[in-house]
Amino acid sequence: MLKLFRREQYLRVDTLGDRYDVVIIGGGGHGLATAYYLAAKFGVTKVAVLERAYIGSGGTGRNTTVLRANYKTPETIAFYRASYQLYATLGQDLDYNMLRSQRGLLWLAHSEPQLRNQRERALQNQQFGVNTVFLDAAQVKATCPELDMTGGGKRPILGAAYHPPGAIIRHDAVAWAYAMAAQRLGVEIHQGIEVTGLDIEGGRCRGVRTNQGPIAAGKVLSAVGGYVTDIANMAGIRLPIVTHPLQAYVTEAYKPVLDRIVASADLHIYVSQSARGEVLIGAEIDPFTSYSTRSTFPFLASCSARAIDLFPFLAKLRILRQWTGLCDMTPDYSPLMGLCEVENFLISSGWGTWGFKAIPASGLAMAELLATGQVPSLIAPFALDRFRRDRAVPERASAGTH
Amino acid sequence: MALMIPCPHCGRRPYGEFWASGELPEGGHGVEADVEADYRRVWLRRNVAGDQRERWFHHAGCRRWLTLTRNTITNAIHDVV
Repeated sequence: MLKLFRREQYLRVDTLGDRYDVVIIGGGGHGLATAYYLAAKFGVTKVAVLERAYIGSGGTGRNTTVLRANYKTPETIAFYRASYQLYATLGQDLDYNMLRSQRGLLWLAHSEPQLRNQRERALQNQQFGVNTVFLDAAQVKATCPELDMTGGGKRPILGAAYHPPGAIIRHDAVAWAYAMAAQRLGVEIHQGIEVTGLDIEGGRCRGVRTNQGPIAAGKVLSAVGGYVTDIANMAGIRLPIVTHPLQAYVTEAYKPVLDRIVASADLHIYVSQSARGEVLIGAEIDPFTSYSTRSTFPFLASCSARAIDLFPFLAKLRILRQWTGLCDMTPDYSPLMGLCEVENFLISSGWGTWGFKAIPASGLAMAELLATGQVPSLIAPFALDRFRRDRAVPERASAGTH
Repeated sequence: MALMIPCPHCGRRPYGEFWASGELPEGGHGVEADVEADYRRVWLRRNVAGDQRERWFHHAGCRRWLTLTRNTITNAIHDVV
Protein backbone atom coordinates (compact mmCIF):
# COMPACT_ATOMS: atom_id res chain seq x y z
CA MET A 1 0.00 0.00 0.00
CA LEU A 2 2.83 2.35 0.90
CA LYS A 3 4.31 1.99 -2.55
CA LEU A 4 1.17 3.42 -4.05
CA PHE A 5 2.14 6.83 -2.71
CA ARG A 6 5.90 6.72 -2.37
CA ARG A 7 8.48 6.72 -5.09
CA GLU A 8 11.46 4.43 -4.69
CA GLN A 9 13.66 6.71 -6.77
CA TYR A 10 13.15 10.28 -7.87
CA LEU A 11 15.90 10.70 -10.42
CA ARG A 12 17.41 8.32 -12.93
CA VAL A 13 21.19 7.90 -12.50
CA ASP A 14 22.95 8.25 -15.86
CA THR A 15 26.50 7.42 -16.93
CA LEU A 16 28.48 10.58 -17.56
CA GLY A 17 29.17 11.06 -21.27
CA ASP A 18 32.13 12.86 -22.85
CA ARG A 19 30.23 15.21 -25.14
CA TYR A 20 26.99 17.21 -24.93
CA ASP A 21 25.37 19.96 -26.99
CA VAL A 22 24.87 21.99 -23.83
CA VAL A 23 26.52 21.59 -20.42
CA ILE A 24 24.86 23.48 -17.57
CA ILE A 25 26.95 24.07 -14.45
CA GLY A 26 24.75 24.20 -11.36
CA GLY A 27 21.70 22.07 -10.56
CA GLY A 28 19.60 24.74 -8.90
CA GLY A 29 16.28 26.04 -10.15
CA HIS A 30 17.83 28.16 -12.89
CA GLY A 31 20.01 25.38 -14.31
CA LEU A 32 17.27 22.76 -14.15
CA ALA A 33 14.61 25.04 -15.64
CA THR A 34 16.95 25.98 -18.51
CA ALA A 35 17.59 22.28 -19.17
CA TYR A 36 13.86 21.52 -19.13
CA TYR A 37 12.93 24.33 -21.53
CA LEU A 38 15.83 23.45 -23.86
CA ALA A 39 14.32 19.98 -24.25
CA ALA A 40 10.63 20.89 -24.05
CA LYS A 41 10.51 24.03 -26.18
CA PHE A 42 13.58 23.88 -28.40
CA GLY A 43 14.17 20.15 -28.94
CA VAL A 44 17.73 20.27 -27.54
CA THR A 45 17.96 17.09 -25.47
CA LYS A 46 21.67 16.27 -25.45
CA VAL A 47 22.04 18.33 -22.30
CA ALA A 48 23.86 17.59 -19.03
CA VAL A 49 23.32 19.44 -15.76
CA LEU A 50 26.37 19.15 -13.46
CA GLU A 51 25.75 19.72 -9.76
CA ARG A 52 28.56 19.41 -7.23
CA ALA A 53 26.29 18.75 -4.22
CA TYR A 54 22.64 17.76 -4.73
CA ILE A 55 19.98 19.52 -6.80
CA GLY A 56 18.39 22.50 -5.13
CA SER A 57 21.02 22.58 -2.36
CA GLY A 58 21.88 26.26 -2.81
CA GLY A 59 19.63 29.29 -3.02
CA THR A 60 16.78 27.27 -4.54
CA GLY A 61 16.34 25.33 -1.31
CA ARG A 62 17.18 28.22 1.05
CA ASN A 63 15.06 31.11 -0.17
CA THR A 64 11.78 32.07 1.48
CA THR A 65 9.54 30.88 -1.38
CA VAL A 66 7.77 34.14 -2.24
CA LEU A 67 6.36 34.69 -5.74
CA ARG A 68 5.53 38.26 -6.72
CA ALA A 69 5.87 40.72 -9.59
CA ASN A 70 5.64 44.11 -7.82
CA TYR A 71 8.97 45.57 -8.93
CA LYS A 72 9.80 49.16 -9.83
CA THR A 73 11.42 49.44 -13.26
CA PRO A 74 9.53 48.66 -16.51
CA GLU A 75 12.17 46.08 -17.51
CA THR A 76 11.97 44.18 -14.24
CA ILE A 77 8.18 44.34 -13.90
CA ALA A 78 7.79 42.78 -17.38
CA PHE A 79 10.29 40.05 -16.56
CA TYR A 80 8.76 39.08 -13.20
CA ARG A 81 5.22 39.31 -14.57
CA ALA A 82 6.20 36.72 -17.18
CA SER A 83 7.78 34.56 -14.48
CA TYR A 84 4.73 34.82 -12.23
CA GLN A 85 2.49 33.71 -15.11
CA LEU A 86 4.70 30.69 -15.84
CA TYR A 87 4.65 29.76 -12.13
CA ALA A 88 0.84 29.98 -12.09
CA THR A 89 0.49 26.86 -14.26
CA LEU A 90 3.81 25.20 -13.46
CA GLY A 91 2.24 22.46 -11.33
CA GLN A 92 0.06 21.31 -14.24
CA ASP A 93 2.80 21.81 -16.85
CA LEU A 94 5.31 19.65 -14.96
CA ASP A 95 2.74 17.32 -13.36
CA TYR A 96 3.92 17.95 -9.82
CA ASN A 97 2.16 19.42 -6.79
CA MET A 98 4.22 22.38 -5.57
CA LEU A 99 1.71 23.50 -2.91
CA ARG A 100 1.40 26.91 -4.53
CA SER A 101 -0.72 29.14 -2.32
CA GLN A 102 -1.81 32.65 -3.28
CA ARG A 103 -1.79 34.86 -0.17
CA GLY A 104 -1.61 38.50 -1.13
CA LEU A 105 1.48 40.49 -0.19
CA LEU A 106 1.45 43.63 1.96
CA TRP A 107 4.45 45.92 1.76
CA LEU A 108 4.17 48.16 4.81
CA ALA A 109 5.24 51.78 5.15
CA HIS A 110 6.07 53.20 8.59
CA SER A 111 7.40 56.54 7.40
CA GLU A 112 6.54 59.35 5.00
CA PRO A 113 9.29 58.48 2.50
CA GLN A 114 8.15 54.84 2.42
CA LEU A 115 4.54 55.93 2.06
CA ARG A 116 5.50 57.85 -1.07
CA ASN A 117 7.64 54.95 -2.24
CA GLN A 118 4.83 52.39 -1.85
CA ARG A 119 2.25 54.65 -3.52
CA GLU A 120 4.61 55.19 -6.44
CA ARG A 121 5.19 51.45 -6.63
CA ALA A 122 1.43 50.73 -6.80
CA LEU A 123 1.00 53.26 -9.62
CA GLN A 124 4.03 51.98 -11.49
CA ASN A 125 2.80 48.38 -11.21
CA GLN A 126 -0.67 49.31 -12.50
CA GLN A 127 0.90 51.09 -15.44
CA PHE A 128 2.63 47.86 -16.48
CA GLY A 129 -0.27 45.50 -15.88
CA VAL A 130 0.61 44.21 -12.41
CA ASN A 131 -2.09 44.22 -9.74
CA THR A 132 -0.81 46.37 -6.85
CA VAL A 133 -2.97 48.86 -4.95
CA PHE A 134 -2.15 51.44 -2.30
CA LEU A 135 -3.91 50.94 1.08
CA ASP A 136 -4.29 53.37 3.95
CA ALA A 137 -3.83 52.24 7.56
CA ALA A 138 -7.49 51.20 8.07
CA GLN A 139 -7.44 49.14 4.89
CA VAL A 140 -4.18 47.51 5.97
CA LYS A 141 -5.74 46.48 9.27
CA ALA A 142 -8.79 45.05 7.47
CA THR A 143 -6.51 43.10 5.09
CA CYS A 144 -4.35 41.66 7.88
CA PRO A 145 -6.08 41.90 11.31
CA GLU A 146 -3.16 40.21 13.11
CA LEU A 147 -0.94 43.29 12.61
CA ASP A 148 -0.13 45.55 15.55
CA MET A 149 -0.82 48.87 13.83
CA THR A 150 1.35 50.75 16.35
CA GLY A 151 4.40 48.73 15.26
CA GLY A 152 5.19 47.77 18.85
CA GLY A 153 4.49 51.36 19.91
CA LYS A 154 7.57 52.45 17.96
CA ARG A 155 6.81 52.28 14.26
CA PRO A 156 3.11 52.98 13.49
CA ILE A 157 1.92 51.50 10.19
CA LEU A 158 0.83 54.36 7.92
CA GLY A 159 -0.14 52.45 4.81
CA ALA A 160 0.98 49.74 2.41
CA ALA A 161 1.28 48.65 -1.19
CA TYR A 162 -0.90 45.55 -1.50
CA HIS A 163 -0.06 43.01 -4.20
CA PRO A 164 -2.90 40.42 -4.27
CA PRO A 165 -1.04 37.96 -6.57
CA GLY A 166 1.71 37.47 -3.94
CA ALA A 167 2.07 33.72 -3.35
CA ILE A 168 4.24 31.08 -1.75
CA ILE A 169 5.25 27.78 -3.29
CA ARG A 170 7.30 24.83 -2.07
CA HIS A 171 10.82 25.59 -3.29
CA ASP A 172 12.31 22.07 -3.19
CA ALA A 173 9.39 20.85 -5.27
CA VAL A 174 10.22 23.39 -7.98
CA ALA A 175 13.74 21.95 -8.33
CA TRP A 176 12.54 18.34 -8.23
CA ALA A 177 9.72 18.93 -10.70
CA TYR A 178 11.99 20.61 -13.26
CA ALA A 179 14.61 17.89 -12.79
CA MET A 180 12.17 15.02 -13.30
CA ALA A 181 10.42 16.68 -16.23
CA ALA A 182 13.78 17.38 -17.90
CA GLN A 183 14.88 13.77 -17.38
CA ARG A 184 11.69 12.48 -18.98
CA LEU A 185 12.71 14.43 -22.09
CA GLY A 186 16.21 12.94 -22.15
CA VAL A 187 18.27 15.50 -20.21
CA GLU A 188 20.95 14.04 -17.92
CA ILE A 189 21.31 15.32 -14.37
CA HIS A 190 24.58 14.47 -12.65
CA GLN A 191 24.90 15.13 -8.94
CA GLY A 192 28.18 15.05 -7.06
CA ILE A 193 30.21 16.24 -10.06
CA GLU A 194 32.32 19.33 -9.56
CA VAL A 195 33.53 21.51 -12.41
CA THR A 196 37.22 22.30 -11.90
CA GLY A 197 37.95 24.28 -15.06
CA LEU A 198 36.77 25.42 -18.47
CA ASP A 199 38.36 24.45 -21.79
CA ILE A 200 38.86 27.74 -23.56
CA GLU A 201 40.78 28.02 -26.84
CA GLY A 202 41.10 31.25 -28.77
CA GLY A 203 38.39 33.00 -26.78
CA ARG A 204 35.93 30.14 -27.36
CA CYS A 205 34.64 27.71 -24.74
CA ARG A 206 34.85 24.07 -25.86
CA GLY A 207 33.87 22.23 -22.71
CA VAL A 208 34.45 21.77 -19.02
CA ARG A 209 36.92 19.88 -16.85
CA THR A 210 35.44 18.03 -13.90
CA ASN A 211 36.59 15.89 -11.01
CA GLN A 212 35.51 12.95 -13.21
CA GLY A 213 37.30 13.99 -16.38
CA PRO A 214 36.80 16.42 -19.26
CA ILE A 215 33.48 16.90 -21.06
CA ALA A 216 33.21 18.55 -24.48
CA ALA A 217 30.29 20.89 -25.01
CA GLY A 218 28.81 22.97 -27.81
CA LYS A 219 27.83 25.58 -25.27
CA VAL A 220 28.36 25.96 -21.54
CA LEU A 221 26.02 27.82 -19.20
CA SER A 222 27.02 28.79 -15.69
CA ALA A 223 23.85 28.76 -13.59
CA VAL A 224 25.95 28.73 -10.43
CA GLY A 225 24.87 30.66 -7.36
CA GLY A 226 27.12 31.65 -4.44
CA TYR A 227 30.40 30.52 -6.01
CA VAL A 228 29.90 32.06 -9.47
CA THR A 229 33.09 34.07 -8.94
CA ASP A 230 35.06 30.77 -9.02
CA ILE A 231 33.49 29.86 -12.36
CA ALA A 232 34.08 33.38 -13.75
CA ASN A 233 37.74 33.11 -12.72
CA MET A 234 38.00 29.86 -14.73
CA ALA A 235 36.74 31.81 -17.75
CA GLY A 236 39.12 34.69 -17.01
CA ILE A 237 36.34 37.24 -16.60
CA ARG A 238 35.50 39.51 -13.71
CA LEU A 239 31.90 40.15 -12.64
CA PRO A 240 30.16 43.06 -10.89
CA ILE A 241 29.21 40.71 -8.06
CA VAL A 242 29.88 40.47 -4.34
CA THR A 243 28.65 37.59 -2.19
CA HIS A 244 26.60 38.29 0.92
CA PRO A 245 24.96 35.81 3.30
CA LEU A 246 21.24 36.05 3.92
CA GLN A 247 19.65 34.46 6.95
CA ALA A 248 16.12 33.28 7.67
CA TYR A 249 14.35 31.12 10.23
CA VAL A 250 11.06 29.43 11.06
CA THR A 251 9.16 29.06 14.31
CA GLU A 252 7.51 25.88 15.54
CA ALA A 253 4.22 25.01 13.82
CA TYR A 254 1.30 27.16 14.99
CA LYS A 255 -2.41 27.20 14.14
CA PRO A 256 -3.16 28.90 10.80
CA VAL A 257 -3.45 32.60 11.65
CA LEU A 258 -1.54 34.49 9.00
CA ASP A 259 -2.97 34.44 5.46
CA ARG A 260 -0.92 37.28 4.06
CA ILE A 261 2.74 37.64 3.29
CA VAL A 262 3.80 40.79 5.16
CA ALA A 263 6.94 42.74 4.32
CA SER A 264 8.20 45.96 5.84
CA ALA A 265 10.62 48.17 3.98
CA ASP A 266 11.38 50.26 7.07
CA LEU A 267 11.92 47.29 9.40
CA HIS A 268 13.73 45.20 6.73
CA ILE A 269 11.84 42.00 7.51
CA TYR A 270 9.09 39.86 6.04
CA VAL A 271 6.82 37.24 7.56
CA SER A 272 4.63 34.47 6.17
CA GLN A 273 3.11 31.24 7.45
CA SER A 274 3.83 27.99 5.64
CA ALA A 275 1.36 25.20 4.87
CA ARG A 276 2.88 23.32 7.82
CA GLY A 277 2.05 26.17 10.20
CA GLU A 278 5.63 27.33 10.69
CA VAL A 279 5.97 31.10 10.69
CA LEU A 280 8.80 32.02 8.33
CA ILE A 281 10.78 35.19 9.02
CA GLY A 282 13.45 36.64 6.79
CA ALA A 283 15.42 39.84 6.42
CA GLU A 284 17.82 41.60 4.14
CA ILE A 285 21.37 40.46 3.42
CA ASP A 286 24.05 40.56 6.12
CA PRO A 287 25.83 43.94 5.98
CA PHE A 288 29.25 42.64 4.89
CA THR A 289 30.37 40.24 2.17
CA SER A 290 31.09 36.67 3.23
CA TYR A 291 30.94 33.07 2.04
CA SER A 292 30.14 31.87 5.56
CA THR A 293 26.81 30.07 5.88
CA ARG A 294 26.99 30.04 9.66
CA SER A 295 23.80 31.41 11.23
CA THR A 296 24.26 34.06 13.88
CA PHE A 297 22.55 34.98 17.14
CA PRO A 298 22.64 38.78 16.60
CA PHE A 299 20.56 38.28 13.47
CA LEU A 300 18.03 36.13 15.32
CA ALA A 301 17.74 38.62 18.18
CA SER A 302 17.32 41.78 16.08
CA CYS A 303 15.03 40.16 13.50
CA SER A 304 12.78 38.63 16.17
CA ALA A 305 12.43 41.98 17.94
CA ARG A 306 11.22 43.61 14.73
CA ALA A 307 8.90 40.70 13.85
CA ILE A 308 7.26 40.89 17.29
CA ASP A 309 6.71 44.63 16.77
CA LEU A 310 4.50 43.68 13.82
CA PHE A 311 2.94 40.48 15.20
CA PRO A 312 2.88 40.34 19.03
CA PHE A 313 1.66 36.71 19.02
CA LEU A 314 5.08 35.65 17.70
CA ALA A 315 6.61 36.39 21.12
CA LYS A 316 5.31 33.13 22.55
CA LEU A 317 6.51 30.92 19.70
CA ARG A 318 9.77 29.00 19.85
CA ILE A 319 12.28 29.06 17.01
CA LEU A 320 12.56 25.74 15.24
CA ARG A 321 15.23 26.18 12.61
CA GLN A 322 17.61 28.84 11.27
CA TRP A 323 19.64 28.76 8.07
CA THR A 324 21.78 30.86 5.73
CA GLY A 325 22.21 31.10 1.98
CA LEU A 326 24.61 32.99 -0.26
CA CYS A 327 23.41 35.88 -2.43
CA ASP A 328 25.27 37.14 -5.50
CA MET A 329 24.63 40.86 -5.20
CA THR A 330 24.92 43.15 -8.22
CA PRO A 331 25.34 46.94 -7.91
CA ASP A 332 21.81 47.64 -9.21
CA TYR A 333 20.03 44.67 -7.55
CA SER A 334 19.13 43.16 -10.93
CA PRO A 335 20.33 39.87 -12.44
CA LEU A 336 23.16 39.29 -14.93
CA MET A 337 22.03 37.12 -17.81
CA GLY A 338 23.36 36.35 -21.22
CA LEU A 339 26.51 36.33 -23.29
CA CYS A 340 30.00 37.33 -22.17
CA GLU A 341 33.45 37.91 -23.71
CA VAL A 342 34.06 34.16 -24.04
CA GLU A 343 32.22 32.68 -27.01
CA ASN A 344 29.85 29.77 -26.29
CA PHE A 345 30.02 30.47 -22.56
CA LEU A 346 26.90 32.00 -21.03
CA ILE A 347 26.08 33.20 -17.57
CA SER A 348 22.88 33.36 -15.55
CA SER A 349 23.90 34.91 -12.27
CA GLY A 350 23.62 37.87 -9.96
CA TRP A 351 20.40 36.42 -8.58
CA GLY A 352 20.91 38.08 -5.19
CA THR A 353 17.65 38.05 -3.26
CA TRP A 354 15.44 37.97 -6.39
CA GLY A 355 16.30 34.62 -7.99
CA PHE A 356 13.73 32.05 -6.93
CA LYS A 357 10.70 33.90 -8.28
CA ALA A 358 12.54 34.35 -11.60
CA ILE A 359 13.29 30.67 -12.24
CA PRO A 360 10.70 29.90 -14.98
CA ALA A 361 11.21 33.13 -16.97
CA SER A 362 14.99 32.96 -16.66
CA GLY A 363 15.04 29.26 -17.61
CA LEU A 364 12.87 29.82 -20.67
CA ALA A 365 14.81 32.88 -21.83
CA MET A 366 18.24 31.30 -21.32
CA ALA A 367 17.06 28.17 -23.15
CA GLU A 368 15.98 30.35 -26.09
CA LEU A 369 19.34 32.12 -26.07
CA LEU A 370 21.26 28.82 -25.95
CA ALA A 371 19.15 27.25 -28.69
CA THR A 372 18.86 30.17 -31.11
CA GLY A 373 21.80 32.42 -30.29
CA GLN A 374 19.40 35.39 -30.16
CA VAL A 375 19.00 37.35 -26.91
CA PRO A 376 15.26 37.42 -26.04
CA SER A 377 14.02 40.99 -25.57
CA LEU A 378 12.70 40.10 -22.10
CA ILE A 379 16.25 39.63 -20.76
CA ALA A 380 18.19 42.02 -23.00
CA PRO A 381 18.15 44.76 -20.29
CA PHE A 382 19.99 42.40 -17.90
CA ALA A 383 23.03 41.89 -20.15
CA LEU A 384 26.42 41.56 -18.43
CA ASP A 385 27.84 44.65 -20.12
CA ARG A 386 25.08 47.04 -19.00
CA PHE A 387 27.32 48.83 -16.48
CA ARG A 388 29.87 49.57 -19.18
CA ARG A 389 27.04 51.09 -21.22
CA ASP A 390 25.66 53.07 -18.23
CA ARG A 391 22.38 51.13 -18.40
CA ALA A 392 21.87 49.88 -14.84
CA VAL A 393 18.41 48.56 -13.88
CA PRO A 394 18.02 49.94 -10.36
CA GLU A 395 15.79 47.75 -8.18
CA ARG A 396 17.24 48.12 -4.70
CA ALA A 397 13.98 49.24 -3.07
CA SER A 398 11.93 46.37 -4.42
CA ALA A 399 14.45 43.53 -4.56
CA GLY A 400 16.49 44.09 -1.40
CA THR A 401 14.71 41.66 0.88
CA HIS A 402 12.80 38.78 -0.69
CA MET B 1 28.30 35.94 19.04
CA ALA B 2 28.60 38.93 16.88
CA LEU B 3 31.60 39.28 14.61
CA MET B 4 34.12 41.30 16.66
CA ILE B 5 36.44 43.72 14.93
CA PRO B 6 39.70 44.66 16.68
CA CYS B 7 39.76 48.44 16.27
CA PRO B 8 43.30 49.74 16.94
CA HIS B 9 41.80 52.79 18.67
CA CYS B 10 38.79 51.34 20.57
CA GLY B 11 39.56 47.64 21.08
CA ARG B 12 37.38 44.68 20.13
CA ARG B 13 33.95 46.01 19.09
CA PRO B 14 30.87 44.29 17.52
CA TYR B 15 30.49 44.71 13.74
CA GLY B 16 27.26 46.68 14.11
CA GLU B 17 29.39 49.69 15.12
CA PHE B 18 31.07 49.63 11.70
CA TRP B 19 30.16 50.14 8.08
CA ALA B 20 31.78 47.67 5.70
CA SER B 21 32.90 49.38 2.53
CA GLY B 22 34.19 46.32 0.73
CA GLU B 23 37.37 45.13 -0.92
CA LEU B 24 40.25 47.50 -1.60
CA PRO B 25 40.35 48.40 -5.29
CA GLU B 26 43.37 47.38 -7.34
CA GLY B 27 45.74 50.02 -8.59
CA GLY B 28 45.37 53.77 -8.51
CA HIS B 29 42.63 55.96 -9.77
CA GLY B 30 41.99 59.60 -10.53
CA VAL B 31 41.74 61.88 -13.51
CA GLU B 32 44.61 60.14 -15.30
CA ALA B 33 42.93 56.69 -15.20
CA ASP B 34 41.60 55.54 -18.58
CA VAL B 35 37.95 54.63 -19.08
CA GLU B 36 38.60 50.89 -18.96
CA ALA B 37 40.49 51.10 -15.65
CA ASP B 38 37.77 53.32 -14.25
CA TYR B 39 35.05 50.87 -15.29
CA ARG B 40 36.85 47.96 -13.64
CA ARG B 41 37.46 49.88 -10.41
CA VAL B 42 33.91 51.20 -10.11
CA TRP B 43 31.89 48.13 -11.13
CA LEU B 44 33.91 44.89 -11.08
CA ARG B 45 34.96 42.97 -7.97
CA ARG B 46 37.42 40.16 -7.24
CA ASN B 47 34.99 38.86 -4.58
CA VAL B 48 37.65 36.55 -3.13
CA ALA B 49 36.71 33.42 -1.17
CA GLY B 50 39.56 33.64 1.34
CA ASP B 51 41.76 36.46 2.64
CA GLN B 52 40.52 39.85 1.45
CA ARG B 53 42.00 43.27 2.17
CA GLU B 54 39.13 45.66 2.92
CA ARG B 55 38.08 48.96 4.47
CA TRP B 56 35.72 49.49 7.44
CA PHE B 57 34.50 52.74 8.97
CA HIS B 58 33.98 52.83 12.75
CA HIS B 59 30.90 55.08 12.69
CA ALA B 60 29.76 54.37 16.28
CA GLY B 61 33.25 54.57 17.77
CA CYS B 62 36.35 56.55 16.86
CA ARG B 63 34.90 57.44 13.41
CA ARG B 64 38.13 56.47 11.73
CA TRP B 65 38.75 54.29 8.67
CA LEU B 66 40.41 50.91 9.26
CA THR B 67 42.13 48.71 6.72
CA LEU B 68 42.15 45.03 7.62
CA THR B 69 42.41 41.53 6.20
CA ARG B 70 39.39 39.31 6.68
CA ASN B 71 38.98 35.71 5.60
CA THR B 72 35.62 35.77 3.81
CA ILE B 73 35.00 32.08 4.53
CA THR B 74 35.77 32.03 8.28
CA ASN B 75 35.48 35.81 8.98
CA ALA B 76 38.80 35.66 10.89
CA ILE B 77 40.40 39.13 10.96
CA HIS B 78 44.07 40.12 11.11
CA ASP B 79 46.52 42.88 10.13
CA VAL B 80 44.32 45.78 11.17
CA VAL B 81 45.71 49.29 10.62
